[in-house]
Amino acid sequence: MNNIFLHFAIPALILGGLGLVLGLILAYSAKAFAVKVDERIKFVRSVLPGANCGACGQAGCEAFAEAAVEGKVKPSGCPVGGESVAKNVAAILGVELGDSVSTVARVACGGTIAVSRLKYSYDGIKSCAAAGALHNGPKACAFGCLGFGDCVSACPFDAIVIENGVARIVEEKCRSCEACVAACPKKLISMVPRGKNFVVACKSTQKGPATKKACDVGCIGCSKCVKVCPHDAITVVNNLARIDPALCQNCGECVKVCPTDAIHEIGGVLRVESKAV
Amino acid sequence: MNELGTIVGQIIITMLSAILVENLVLSRFLGMCPFLGVTQKTSTAAGMGVAVAAVLMIVAALAWIVNVTLLVPNNLEFLQTMSYILIIAAVVQFLETVLRKFIPPLYKALGIYLPLITTNCAVLGIPLINTQRGYDFGMTLVYTLGAGLGFAMALVLFSGVRERMAKSDIPASLQGVSGALFAATLVSMSFFGFQGLFAK
Repeated sequence: MNNIFLHFAIPALILGGLGLVLGLILAYSAKAFAVKVDERIKFVRSVLPGANCGACGQAGCEAFAEAAVEGKVKPSGCPVGGESVAKNVAAILGVELGDSVSTVARVACGGTIAVSRLKYSYDGIKSCAAAGALHNGPKACAFGCLGFGDCVSACPFDAIVIENGVARIVEEKCRSCEACVAACPKKLISMVPRGKNFVVACKSTQKGPATKKACDVGCIGCSKCVKVCPHDAITVVNNLARIDPALCQNCGECVKVCPTDAIHEIGGVLRVESKAV
Repeated sequence: MNELGTIVGQIIITMLSAILVENLVLSRFLGMCPFLGVTQKTSTAAGMGVAVAAVLMIVAALAWIVNVTLLVPNNLEFLQTMSYILIIAAVVQFLETVLRKFIPPLYKALGIYLPLITTNCAVLGIPLINTQRGYDFGMTLVYTLGAGLGFAMALVLFSGVRERMAKSDIPASLQGVSGALFAATLVSMSFFGFQGLFAK
């Protein structure tokens, strides 16, 4: 009886004792060699989705939390978590979410269904990337927005809508995460400072007549805006006007002279639309 | 003098055979996980190799002490595997804490691979081999040092191969791990040339 007891007890005691001693050493070393970690990293980590997907460009949620605390990434940098996570992260870090968002995405195309023409009818996968791979897409203009909404699905904040076949940014919702910039196969979306409301909604570098043939509201490179701009903010390169947001003073002179409505004010009424009504 | 010569000769032979003939990775196929996982860059491969070698030394010494003082006198050899795993887990955890405190760059570089050492079969394999062969404490350290150096060498060598491969024009189906496995086969085969270097 006694023998059988020892037969089981000795191995259990030895292994258990070994585990206990090693455990005590570890417990002591964890205390003695503790590294001070910024508490906020833990808090930020706890509000993140925790999927470790890497969509933010960091190695995982842990790395994102560290980078956010160090100020290397914006609180809104997590595309999966969206607005609610961005708010939480900003609150933990004590930064104003609005402050870090000084830019807004802009779509450089105004070629809605009514004003642009097609070169073929497309029945394939409803994706800009797929459609764009087929002869630059169904639109007659090779530069225009295809309107299948690759940017819409990329946007974590629901800030993009497709209206009349063209993507439009809902500026109040845009958190300038730049997910759409990467998603657009036509490279139509760019980040501009907030409050500069006059845009050249066209990317066509074709010559005037060719642009005109494909779309009523394309920039034909006539340079009228260049002459009228009092702040020298507009240049025309490759038949395409460009407004330098750093120089633009929002005076709106360019909109008045633009013959095709390629330049317009964000939120303003397009002359083409008002004519159509 | 003659006796000393024999001992030195034995040490050299044990060491060299651990590094070349019985190379952990390339002949015994232990520790394949870090061999494929961390060999994309020479710097991390060297770091991982050194870390494993260091862990090996500590683990093998502790395992020998535990085996000789606790297990063998009580006829508990069947607990070897289990108690070695216990020692490995504790040592790796301890090393992680210490590295984090004193050498943060190395801690960052090894990152997720450090906990992987816990489940690295090379680290468990070497103490078991030592026990199986009945090495005394000195020979245990010699053989373990050789095995650790061999592991580090295999990793560094192979990372060189992979860095070269990354710059080469490789067919799409062979890019990444599949190509790495082919390369590993060739490196391993070349190491089989050392078989029979020392007459047994």
